[in-house]
Amino acid sequence: MELCSFLTLDSFITDPLTHDFMRKALLMSSLVAAVCGFLSSFLTLKGWALMGDAVSHSVMPGVVVAYALGLPFSLGAFIFGVGSVALIGFIKQKSRVKEDTVIGLVFTGFFALGIVLVSKIKSNIDLHSILFGSPLGISLSDVKQTIFISLLVVILLSIFRKDLMLYCFDPRHAKTVGINVFFLHYLLLTCLSLAAVVGLQSVGIILVVAMLITPGATAYLLTDKFDNMTVISVLSAIISSLIGIYVSFWFDLETGGSIVLAQTFIFLFAFLFAPRYGIFKLKKLFTGYK
Amino acid sequence: MESINYQNFRIDAENICVDYNGKVALYDANLKLKPGQICGLVGMNGAGKTTFFNALTGFVNISKGKIRINGESVRSAQKDQTIAYVPQNEGIDSQFPISVWDVVMMGRYGSMNIFRCPRESDVQAVKDAIERVDLTDHLTTPIGNLSGGQRKRTFLARAIAQRASILLLDEPFSGVDIRTEKLISELFIQFKNEGKTILLSTHDMIHVREFCDLVLLINKTVVAYGETSEVFTPENITTTFGGISPDFLFGPES
Repeated sequence: MELCSFLTLDSFITDPLTHDFMRKALLMSSLVAAVCGFLSSFLTLKGWALMGDAVSHSVMPGVVVAYALGLPFSLGAFIFGVGSVALIGFIKQKSRVKEDTVIGLVFTGFFALGIVLVSKIKSNIDLHSILFGSPLGISLSDVKQTIFISLLVVILLSIFRKDLMLYCFDPRHAKTVGINVFFLHYLLLTCLSLAAVVGLQSVGIILVVAMLITPGATAYLLTDKFDNMTVISVLSAIISSLIGIYVSFWFDLETGGSIVLAQTFIFLFAFLFAPRYGIFKLKKLFTGYK
Repeated sequence: MESINYQNFRIDAENICVDYNGKVALYDANLKLKPGQICGLVGMNGAGKTTFFNALTGFVNISKGKIRINGESVRSAQKDQTIAYVPQNEGIDSQFPISVWDVVMMGRYGSMNIFRCPRESDVQAVKDAIERVDLTDHLTTPIGNLSGGQRKRTFLARAIAQRASILLLDEPFSGVDIRTEKLISELFIQFKNEGKTILLSTHDMIHVREFCDLVLLINKTVVAYGETSEVFTPENITTTFGGISPDFLFGPES
């Protein structure tokens, strides 16, 4: 895009909005970012970053098979996402191989299977859009599915927010007072698989794990309250999406990469300047901060 | 006849075994505790103390034996909020973004509705519990900003708020300040008078003599069990700790 067209901030923001595909991309990516950001605060506290990476990569063959069979891609992704975790658990239990090794080998195996399937199954699957996301070219049926899954995840997380927080914090206590820890474990996994599916449309399978961990990590540096952490996580995820899409529009950059880079920069900012936990504590500048 | 017997015991564990993927952590362990009794659980690291706790709370399944809590199954004890577990400080993520109030409120979760909305009675229970452990000035303090002793008291308050009749405490005296130690010993006496049953694991032999009516010495299985005055002998302790002299464990004054 020619640089003279955004001489003013106003046109920088409004010009892209004249395009239908941009309005859709901004809306859908914000929604996806909000869902992933919400989940992110649970995953970072639970220490499931590697698990997020594993599940998000493992959904690949599920997406491909579902596309090929004309099923909703979320269904295939869900089956393979949860399946990969079950397989990781099984191999860990039945062998002497360490857990991180098992996670690494299972998800790369699934991912490779997905890539091989794409090359074999003759269909209109665009490998590039699965790997790197295509928020600008999202179809109407994808929009419906994304909205449905996003709402489902948000509702589940909202209902079980306190239980999930307790599960992340002290599962032993949860079990002792009769809360179904097994259910919460699989609820979180289910949400993770579903969020990975919607997230991959924005930033692609390779980078979706960033959507699932970076906003939570950023928020973790900025607050000591769980509720605030969730809000900050969601907001930073949405802002990153907007920044990423605008920047990719004006400078003709890969959209998914731009979104994740924006998240990374926000994290770095928090890492350096967070009032309490940053390297250069800006506590004094925040007069309202206790 | 037998069911009447069960009623007399708060905790009745018979010949319990626990194994993790074929590795035996605890075998043929027995424990019977009545209301108002305080029992010390003593053993080396890896002797199965935490496993014993986990079996009683239902956090791990036993592979053999039987556990009755107030004459009923572990599962119904969970539903009735009968058992409270107070973890050791190392067992919790102190950097978790959560305040004292929120932790203590977690003691009420089991008896709330599915959305875990606190009722007036829950709020009152939490307030009272926090007052009893003397943390009223720290209601909104994140647990990461507390001292080790204050954090220990927070989890004790959670157990109080839960109104459990059985308290399982993992190393309640490790890493706490004098003030907390004094407060915990006072609470123990109150709990005893309230008829609560307490099982606590400890490395500190002096605390066993001071607080515990009974002592359970374990090393993968029960080495000795009974009245502290009878069972807590140098010979038994030496056996429990795999031949280490009790002089070394007790320090010079005993």
